[in-house]
Amino acid sequence: MTDVPDIVRQMAEHMAVSVPQAAALGFKLVSVEPGRGSISVPWREDLVGDPDTGVIAGGVVTSLLDHTCGLACAAAAGTEPFSTATLDLRIDYMRAAAPRTGVTCQAHCYKVTRTIAFVRAEAWDVDQSDLIATAQGAFVVNRPNGAAKP
Amino acid sequence: MSDAAEQLDAFLQRVPYVRFLGMRAELSGDEMTAILPFAPHLVGNSNLPALHGGVIGAFLEMTALAQLSVTQGSARVHKTIDVTIEYLRPGRAMTTYARAELRKVGRRVANVHVEAWQEARDQPIAFLRGHVLLSGGS
Repeated sequence: MTDVPDIVRQMAEHMAVSVPQAAALGFKLVSVEPGRGSISVPWREDLVGDPDTGVIAGGVVTSLLDHTCGLACAAAAGTEPFSTATLDLRIDYMRAAAPRTGVTCQAHCYKVTRTIAFVRAEAWDVDQSDLIATAQGAFVVNRPNGAAKP
Repeated sequence: MSDAAEQLDAFLQRVPYVRFLGMRAELSGDEMTAILPFAPHLVGNSNLPALHGGVIGAFLEMTALAQLSVTQGSARVHKTIDVTIEYLRPGRAMTTYARAELRKVGRRVANVHVEAWQEARDQPIAFLRGHVLLSGGS
Protein backbone atom coordinates (compact mmCIF):
# COMPACT_ATOMS: atom_id res chain seq x y z
CA MET A 1 0.00 0.00 0.00
CA THR A 2 1.34 3.41 -0.95
CA ASP A 3 1.70 5.70 2.02
CA VAL A 4 -0.50 8.71 2.48
CA PRO A 5 0.35 11.67 4.77
CA ASP A 6 -0.60 11.15 8.43
CA ILE A 7 -3.23 13.89 8.22
CA VAL A 8 -4.98 12.01 5.40
CA ARG A 9 -4.86 8.72 7.28
CA GLN A 10 -6.33 10.40 10.37
CA MET A 11 -9.10 11.95 8.27
CA ALA A 12 -9.77 8.59 6.61
CA GLU A 13 -10.07 6.86 9.96
CA HIS A 14 -12.35 9.62 11.21
CA MET A 15 -14.52 9.41 8.07
CA ALA A 16 -14.83 5.66 8.17
CA VAL A 17 -15.82 5.28 11.80
CA SER A 18 -16.74 8.63 13.43
CA VAL A 19 -19.20 10.10 10.95
CA PRO A 20 -22.58 9.26 12.55
CA GLN A 21 -24.11 7.52 9.51
CA ALA A 22 -20.89 5.52 8.96
CA ALA A 23 -20.82 4.46 12.61
CA ALA A 24 -24.53 3.54 12.53
CA LEU A 25 -23.97 1.29 9.51
CA GLY A 26 -20.84 -0.26 11.08
CA PHE A 27 -18.40 0.86 8.36
CA LYS A 28 -14.83 -0.44 8.58
CA LEU A 29 -11.85 1.24 6.93
CA VAL A 30 -10.09 -1.32 4.71
CA SER A 31 -7.38 0.80 3.10
CA VAL A 32 -6.43 4.29 2.00
CA GLU A 33 -3.78 5.35 -0.49
CA PRO A 34 -3.36 8.45 -2.64
CA GLY A 35 -6.65 9.05 -4.48
CA ARG A 36 -8.07 5.71 -3.42
CA GLY A 37 -10.02 4.36 -0.50
CA SER A 38 -11.77 1.17 0.51
CA ILE A 39 -14.47 0.61 3.15
CA SER A 40 -16.51 -2.45 4.06
CA VAL A 41 -19.86 -2.88 5.80
CA PRO A 42 -20.56 -6.17 7.58
CA TRP A 43 -24.01 -7.78 7.14
CA ARG A 44 -26.53 -7.03 9.87
CA GLU A 45 -30.15 -8.10 10.34
CA ASP A 46 -31.44 -4.51 10.56
CA LEU A 47 -29.77 -3.53 7.26
CA VAL A 48 -31.70 -6.06 5.17
CA GLY A 49 -33.66 -4.75 2.18
CA ASP A 50 -35.46 -7.93 1.14
CA PRO A 51 -36.71 -10.04 4.06
CA ASP A 52 -37.40 -12.98 1.72
CA THR A 53 -33.72 -13.36 0.90
CA GLY A 54 -31.83 -11.63 3.74
CA VAL A 55 -29.93 -9.52 1.22
CA ILE A 56 -28.49 -6.22 2.45
CA ALA A 57 -30.50 -3.15 1.29
CA GLY A 58 -29.56 -1.19 -1.81
CA GLY A 59 -29.69 1.92 0.36
CA VAL A 60 -26.81 0.61 2.46
CA VAL A 61 -24.78 0.10 -0.70
CA THR A 62 -25.72 3.64 -1.80
CA SER A 63 -24.38 5.07 1.47
CA LEU A 64 -21.27 2.90 1.24
CA LEU A 65 -20.53 3.97 -2.36
CA ASP A 66 -21.14 7.65 -1.56
CA HIS A 67 -19.00 7.50 1.57
CA THR A 68 -16.12 5.61 -0.04
CA CYS A 69 -16.13 8.14 -2.91
CA GLY A 70 -15.80 10.88 -0.28
CA LEU A 71 -12.90 8.97 1.27
CA ALA A 72 -11.14 8.71 -2.10
CA CYS A 73 -11.54 12.49 -2.51
CA ALA A 74 -10.00 13.06 0.92
CA ALA A 75 -7.19 10.69 0.00
CA ALA A 76 -6.58 12.69 -3.20
CA ALA A 77 -6.26 15.91 -1.22
CA GLY A 78 -2.75 15.18 0.04
CA THR A 79 -1.52 17.72 2.56
CA GLU A 80 -4.16 20.33 1.66
CA PRO A 81 -7.28 18.66 3.04
CA PHE A 82 -10.72 19.69 1.82
CA SER A 83 -14.21 18.48 2.51
CA THR A 84 -16.62 17.37 -0.20
CA ALA A 85 -20.35 17.37 -0.85
CA THR A 86 -21.96 15.04 -3.37
CA LEU A 87 -23.11 16.79 -6.55
CA ASP A 88 -24.34 13.70 -8.35
CA LEU A 89 -23.97 9.98 -8.08
CA ARG A 90 -24.95 7.39 -10.67
CA ILE A 91 -25.22 3.81 -9.44
CA ASP A 92 -25.72 0.62 -11.46
CA TYR A 93 -26.84 -2.42 -9.51
CA MET A 94 -25.65 -5.47 -11.45
CA ARG A 95 -27.01 -8.05 -9.06
CA ALA A 96 -28.15 -8.52 -5.49
CA ALA A 97 -25.49 -9.27 -2.89
CA ALA A 98 -25.36 -12.80 -1.54
CA PRO A 99 -27.76 -13.37 1.37
CA ARG A 100 -26.43 -12.54 4.83
CA THR A 101 -23.19 -11.19 3.36
CA GLY A 102 -21.45 -7.84 3.85
CA VAL A 103 -20.24 -5.54 1.09
CA THR A 104 -16.84 -3.98 0.32
CA CYS A 105 -16.36 -0.86 -1.77
CA GLN A 106 -13.31 0.60 -3.47
CA ALA A 107 -13.30 4.13 -4.90
CA HIS A 108 -10.82 6.00 -7.10
CA CYS A 109 -10.77 9.79 -7.26
CA TYR A 110 -9.09 10.17 -10.64
CA LYS A 111 -9.33 13.93 -11.11
CA VAL A 112 -9.60 16.93 -8.79
CA THR A 113 -10.01 20.47 -10.05
CA ARG A 114 -10.21 23.54 -7.81
CA THR A 115 -13.95 22.98 -7.41
CA ILE A 116 -14.92 19.45 -8.47
CA ALA A 117 -13.65 15.93 -7.77
CA PHE A 118 -14.48 13.07 -10.15
CA VAL A 119 -14.75 9.58 -8.70
CA ARG A 120 -15.48 6.01 -9.78
CA ALA A 121 -16.34 3.23 -7.36
CA GLU A 122 -17.21 -0.43 -7.35
CA ALA A 123 -18.73 -2.73 -4.77
CA TRP A 124 -18.65 -6.49 -4.32
CA ASP A 125 -19.73 -9.02 -1.73
CA VAL A 126 -17.33 -11.97 -2.00
CA ASP A 127 -15.14 -11.62 -5.07
CA GLN A 128 -13.83 -8.32 -6.43
CA SER A 129 -14.06 -9.70 -9.97
CA ASP A 130 -17.81 -10.32 -9.55
CA LEU A 131 -19.25 -6.87 -8.76
CA ILE A 132 -22.67 -6.10 -7.33
CA ALA A 133 -22.63 -2.37 -8.11
CA THR A 134 -20.61 0.37 -9.77
CA ALA A 135 -20.86 4.12 -9.29
CA GLN A 136 -19.68 7.30 -10.94
CA GLY A 137 -19.88 10.57 -9.08
CA ALA A 138 -18.96 14.25 -9.07
CA PHE A 139 -18.25 15.96 -5.74
CA VAL A 140 -18.04 19.65 -4.92
CA VAL A 141 -14.71 20.49 -3.30
CA ASN A 142 -14.90 22.79 -0.28
CA ARG A 143 -11.44 24.11 0.47
CA PRO A 144 -10.75 25.83 3.78
CA ASN A 145 -10.41 29.63 3.73
CA GLY A 146 -12.78 29.86 0.78
CA ALA A 147 -9.94 29.05 -1.58
CA ALA A 148 -12.23 27.32 -4.09
CA LYS A 149 -11.98 29.30 -7.29
CA PRO A 150 -12.43 27.81 -10.73
CA MET B 1 -57.76 0.01 4.95
CA SER B 2 -57.56 0.17 1.16
CA ASP B 3 -55.50 -2.29 -0.87
CA ALA B 4 -52.96 0.43 -1.64
CA ALA B 5 -52.62 1.35 2.03
CA GLU B 6 -52.24 -2.31 3.00
CA GLN B 7 -49.58 -2.88 0.36
CA LEU B 8 -47.68 0.22 1.47
CA ASP B 9 -47.94 -0.76 5.09
CA ALA B 10 -46.74 -4.27 4.31
CA PHE B 11 -43.72 -2.86 2.45
CA LEU B 12 -42.79 -0.44 5.23
CA GLN B 13 -43.22 -3.06 7.95
CA ARG B 14 -41.42 -5.86 6.16
CA VAL B 15 -38.21 -4.16 5.16
CA PRO B 16 -35.77 -3.94 8.11
CA TYR B 17 -33.75 -1.16 6.43
CA VAL B 18 -36.86 1.07 6.30
CA ARG B 19 -36.98 0.86 10.09
CA PHE B 20 -33.24 1.56 10.31
CA LEU B 21 -33.81 4.81 8.40
CA GLY B 22 -36.92 5.60 10.47
CA MET B 23 -38.88 6.23 7.28
CA ARG B 24 -42.69 6.34 7.13
CA ALA B 25 -45.24 7.31 4.50
CA GLU B 26 -48.67 8.84 4.09
CA LEU B 27 -51.13 7.99 1.38
CA SER B 28 -53.70 10.26 -0.24
CA GLY B 29 -55.52 8.10 -2.76
CA ASP B 30 -52.70 6.56 -4.74
CA GLU B 31 -50.36 9.50 -4.12
CA MET B 32 -47.75 8.77 -1.50
CA THR B 33 -45.57 11.14 0.48
CA ALA B 34 -42.58 9.54 2.16
CA ILE B 35 -41.37 11.10 5.40
CA LEU B 36 -37.91 10.83 6.92
CA PRO B 37 -37.77 12.41 10.40
CA PHE B 38 -34.35 13.71 11.34
CA ALA B 39 -32.25 11.38 13.49
CA PRO B 40 -28.62 11.78 14.66
CA HIS B 41 -27.49 8.51 13.04
CA LEU B 42 -28.39 9.89 9.58
CA VAL B 43 -25.79 12.67 9.75
CA GLY B 44 -22.88 12.67 7.29
CA ASN B 45 -21.34 16.02 8.21
CA SER B 46 -21.40 16.84 11.93
CA ASN B 47 -20.11 20.38 11.44
CA LEU B 48 -23.15 21.70 9.56
CA PRO B 49 -24.88 19.30 10.51
CA ALA B 50 -26.11 17.74 7.26
CA LEU B 51 -27.73 14.46 6.29
CA HIS B 52 -25.41 11.92 4.68
CA GLY B 53 -25.62 12.01 0.89
CA GLY B 54 -26.05 8.25 0.92
CA VAL B 55 -28.99 8.57 3.31
CA ILE B 56 -30.73 11.01 0.97
CA GLY B 57 -30.07 8.69 -1.96
CA ALA B 58 -31.30 5.67 -0.01
CA PHE B 59 -34.44 7.52 1.12
CA LEU B 60 -35.23 8.52 -2.49
CA GLU B 61 -34.67 4.95 -3.63
CA MET B 62 -36.89 3.51 -0.89
CA THR B 63 -39.55 6.09 -1.83
CA ALA B 64 -39.48 4.79 -5.41
CA LEU B 65 -39.81 1.18 -4.21
CA ALA B 66 -42.59 2.11 -1.76
CA GLN B 67 -44.54 3.93 -4.49
CA LEU B 68 -44.17 0.86 -6.71
CA SER B 69 -45.47 -1.32 -3.89
CA VAL B 70 -48.59 0.88 -3.85
CA THR B 71 -49.30 0.89 -7.57
CA GLN B 72 -47.66 -2.38 -8.62
CA GLY B 73 -48.43 -4.48 -5.60
CA SER B 74 -46.22 -7.49 -5.31
CA ALA B 75 -45.46 -9.89 -2.53
CA ARG B 76 -41.79 -9.47 -3.36
CA VAL B 77 -39.58 -6.41 -3.23
CA HIS B 78 -38.86 -4.87 -6.64
CA LYS B 79 -35.18 -4.55 -7.58
CA THR B 80 -33.36 -1.35 -8.44
CA ILE B 81 -31.44 -1.51 -11.74
CA ASP B 82 -29.84 1.94 -11.75
CA VAL B 83 -30.25 5.35 -10.14
CA THR B 84 -28.85 8.81 -10.74
CA ILE B 85 -29.03 11.07 -7.71
CA GLU B 86 -28.65 14.82 -8.09
CA TYR B 87 -27.95 16.87 -4.98
CA LEU B 88 -29.18 20.47 -5.03
CA ARG B 89 -28.95 21.58 -1.41
CA PRO B 90 -27.55 20.16 1.81
CA GLY B 91 -30.04 18.05 3.75
CA ARG B 92 -30.41 19.92 7.01
CA ALA B 93 -31.18 18.51 10.46
CA MET B 94 -34.94 18.43 9.93
CA THR B 95 -37.66 16.23 8.45
CA THR B 96 -37.29 15.36 4.77
CA TYR B 97 -40.20 14.56 2.43
CA ALA B 98 -40.22 12.79 -0.91
CA ARG B 99 -42.65 11.95 -3.69
CA ALA B 100 -42.13 9.53 -6.53
CA GLU B 101 -43.58 9.82 -10.01
CA LEU B 102 -43.82 6.67 -12.09
CA ARG B 103 -42.99 7.98 -15.55
CA LYS B 104 -43.40 4.65 -17.29
CA VAL B 105 -44.34 1.25 -15.97
CA GLY B 106 -43.65 -1.44 -18.51
CA ARG B 107 -43.97 -5.19 -18.24
CA ARG B 108 -40.56 -5.67 -16.70
CA VAL B 109 -39.08 -2.24 -16.03
CA ALA B 110 -40.39 0.95 -14.44
CA ASN B 111 -38.90 4.43 -14.91
CA VAL B 112 -39.20 6.50 -11.75
CA HIS B 113 -38.45 10.11 -10.85
CA VAL B 114 -38.31 11.08 -7.17
CA GLU B 115 -38.03 14.51 -5.59
CA ALA B 116 -37.04 15.32 -1.99
CA TRP B 117 -37.56 18.55 -0.08
CA GLN B 118 -37.54 19.86 3.47
CA GLU B 119 -39.03 23.25 4.35
CA ALA B 120 -40.49 24.09 0.97
CA ARG B 121 -41.55 21.89 -1.92
CA ASP B 122 -40.26 24.46 -4.42
CA GLN B 123 -36.80 24.21 -2.90
CA PRO B 124 -35.94 20.54 -3.52
CA ILE B 125 -32.81 19.17 -1.88
CA ALA B 126 -32.35 16.21 -4.25
CA PHE B 127 -33.72 14.33 -7.25
CA LEU B 128 -33.46 10.70 -8.20
CA ARG B 129 -34.04 9.19 -11.63
CA GLY B 130 -33.90 5.46 -11.95
CA HIS B 131 -35.07 2.15 -13.35
CA VAL B 132 -36.57 -0.66 -11.31
CA LEU B 133 -36.95 -4.30 -12.31
CA LEU B 134 -40.49 -5.35 -11.46
CA SER B 135 -40.87 -8.65 -9.66
CA GLY B 136 -43.95 -10.78 -9.61
CA GLY B 137 -44.78 -10.00 -13.24
CA SER B 138 -43.51 -13.28 -14.58
